[in-house]
Amino acid sequence: MTPDASPPQTANVKDPTVDPESRTEQERDAIAASTPAKPASGTSADGAKADAARAAESKQGLGVKLEGLRAFYGEAEQVKGIDLEFDANEVTAIIGPSGCGKSTMVRCINRMHEEIPGAHAEGRVMLDQLDVYDPSVDVVAVRRAIGMVFQKPNPFPTMSVFDNVASGLRLSSGRSTHGKADLRMKVEAALRGAGLWDEVADRLDAPGAGLSGGQQQRLCIARSLAVEPEVILMDEPCSALDPIATLKIEELIEELKKRVTIVIVTHNMQQAARVADRTAFMLSGELVEVGPTNDIFTKPGDSRTEEYVTGKFG
Amino acid sequence: MSARGDQSPPRAATPSTHGELLARFAVSPARRRKDRLARGLIMAGTAIALVPLVLVVYYLIKQGAGSWSWDFFTTDPTGNTFFKTSSIGGIESAILGTLEIVALAAVIAIPIGIGVAVWLVEYGRDSAFANLVRFFVDVLTGVPSIVFGLFIYIVLIVGTGSSYAGYKGSLALSLLMLPVVIRSAEVILLLVPGALRESALALGAPRWKVILRIVLPTALPGMVTGVLLAIARAAGETAPLLFTAAATNKTTGDLGAFMNSLPVQIYKDVTSPTTSVVNRAWGAALTLVAMILVLNLIARLISRRSRLA
Repeated sequence: MTPDASPPQTANVKDPTVDPESRTEQERDAIAASTPAKPASGTSADGAKADAARAAESKQGLGVKLEGLRAFYGEAEQVKGIDLEFDANEVTAIIGPSGCGKSTMVRCINRMHEEIPGAHAEGRVMLDQLDVYDPSVDVVAVRRAIGMVFQKPNPFPTMSVFDNVASGLRLSSGRSTHGKADLRMKVEAALRGAGLWDEVADRLDAPGAGLSGGQQQRLCIARSLAVEPEVILMDEPCSALDPIATLKIEELIEELKKRVTIVIVTHNMQQAARVADRTAFMLSGELVEVGPTNDIFTKPGDSRTEEYVTGKFG
Repeated sequence: MSARGDQSPPRAATPSTHGELLARFAVSPARRRKDRLARGLIMAGTAIALVPLVLVVYYLIKQGAGSWSWDFFTTDPTGNTFFKTSSIGGIESAILGTLEIVALAAVIAIPIGIGVAVWLVEYGRDSAFANLVRFFVDVLTGVPSIVFGLFIYIVLIVGTGSSYAGYKGSLALSLLMLPVVIRSAEVILLLVPGALRESALALGAPRWKVILRIVLPTALPGMVTGVLLAIARAAGETAPLLFTAAATNKTTGDLGAFMNSLPVQIYKDVTSPTTSVVNRAWGAALTLVAMILVLNLIARLISRRSRLA
């Protein structure tokens, strides 16, 4: 990784200081207009799925927009002013060398960054038309709307498969009054959504930690799906998995984007090319370039992007 | 080995024979000697460490097992130690007293101790105040047990002008247990992977629910182990009880009254000139060790079920 080799020119990054209300409002209106107009594309094809699953699939994702996002660990600035838009029901991949701030940026979106002692974020993260950093916003509600899947599969070790999936529903306050049948339906829907139902239907009471690595990761995806988020953030979800498990997760992502917006951090550029509609390239805490995945990999606009995607550094 | 050597070793220009290879790879006699010496020293050290342990258990059983009988466990000491014709009684009041005093001490120390540990790990983290708390907990760990007894004696007996009582003994023991519980629970809570907390938080769970439903259940087996070891330590303490719960002959369920306990009973009996009373001390000591051994075994069994490392 040689980020110092190239001069810190930020030509392609929108200047965060020039942030006139007019522009953002325009774009906000655009999102607002486009979001409800989307057809319920999720209810196509395979009619074998349960009604509950279909009901969940008809749910639409929400767009996310970062405006001048800066993230700090103590005094150190790790994300240095990023403007970036994630369109609803699209998969956006974030690529870049280790330590460039990809994960930090993603963790700012559902306000997990601030859980690290001494860390804080500045700027705005717009979920549709709402700034999730608004002082009146409940962080718990934000995280319910924006789910997260981590690098290492981490099912709750004390819980069964069923309880793991139900944990989100049980743990998030205000939703504690779930009927048993209702809970069962939602768990099944989430497991079907994560493509895991057929593999675990007969052992819902077995410990979640007893599944294979790939199954555990899909269990974690099911766990975040169960609370019916509009956005799912994936922080290198496949880096601890073997190629077959990775393939399953990638197929799943294709399926999931019908109902949620997906942001996926990945070190694997083939993976970005396979799953992402759009790809963003980050370097040293700055956004170098974002565009349709195909363009980023075939005709990048910035020389640094080209060097990275062709493997010259990083 | 030789088969490998035949397949052109990259260093040697000519293919080596088995003998040449052996000369290169064989363990030298000097190293063999050093190895034997080091092994011998370590084994000798282990044996020396085991000697007192084995002797203690051996003498306890030899001297104490003889006095074990049904009556020994079911009668109170009579206090009659001079007339050999009458019975001196057993240790019922001491056993029950120890159980009561230690149970109350545990009820006081465990919730507070785990609460402090949860605060240290989940909220205080590396703040100056948390480190101050850690420092004082460490200091508390090193305080001799008699000081806790003295403290309760000054505050609750001299200070209030009242008398000895079982619950005052419990308080002294709970002070003794507190740092042990805090430190052991803190270590276990730190072992709970941060990823679990994160993924629960990312599901939209409020922090208190994450602690209650995810962190504590995951840490539970480990914390039970620490708590049982703290109880075992407290159960064997004499000094904090001597001038807080005092000693008495009769069995009582009243924690507000004088209360007998095994360590204090042993302390009193072993200084007696009467052989049968000294033997009762041996029997009581064996009982105490057996009780603590059982607690330790339970702790072992539970920690084996632990989900953390």
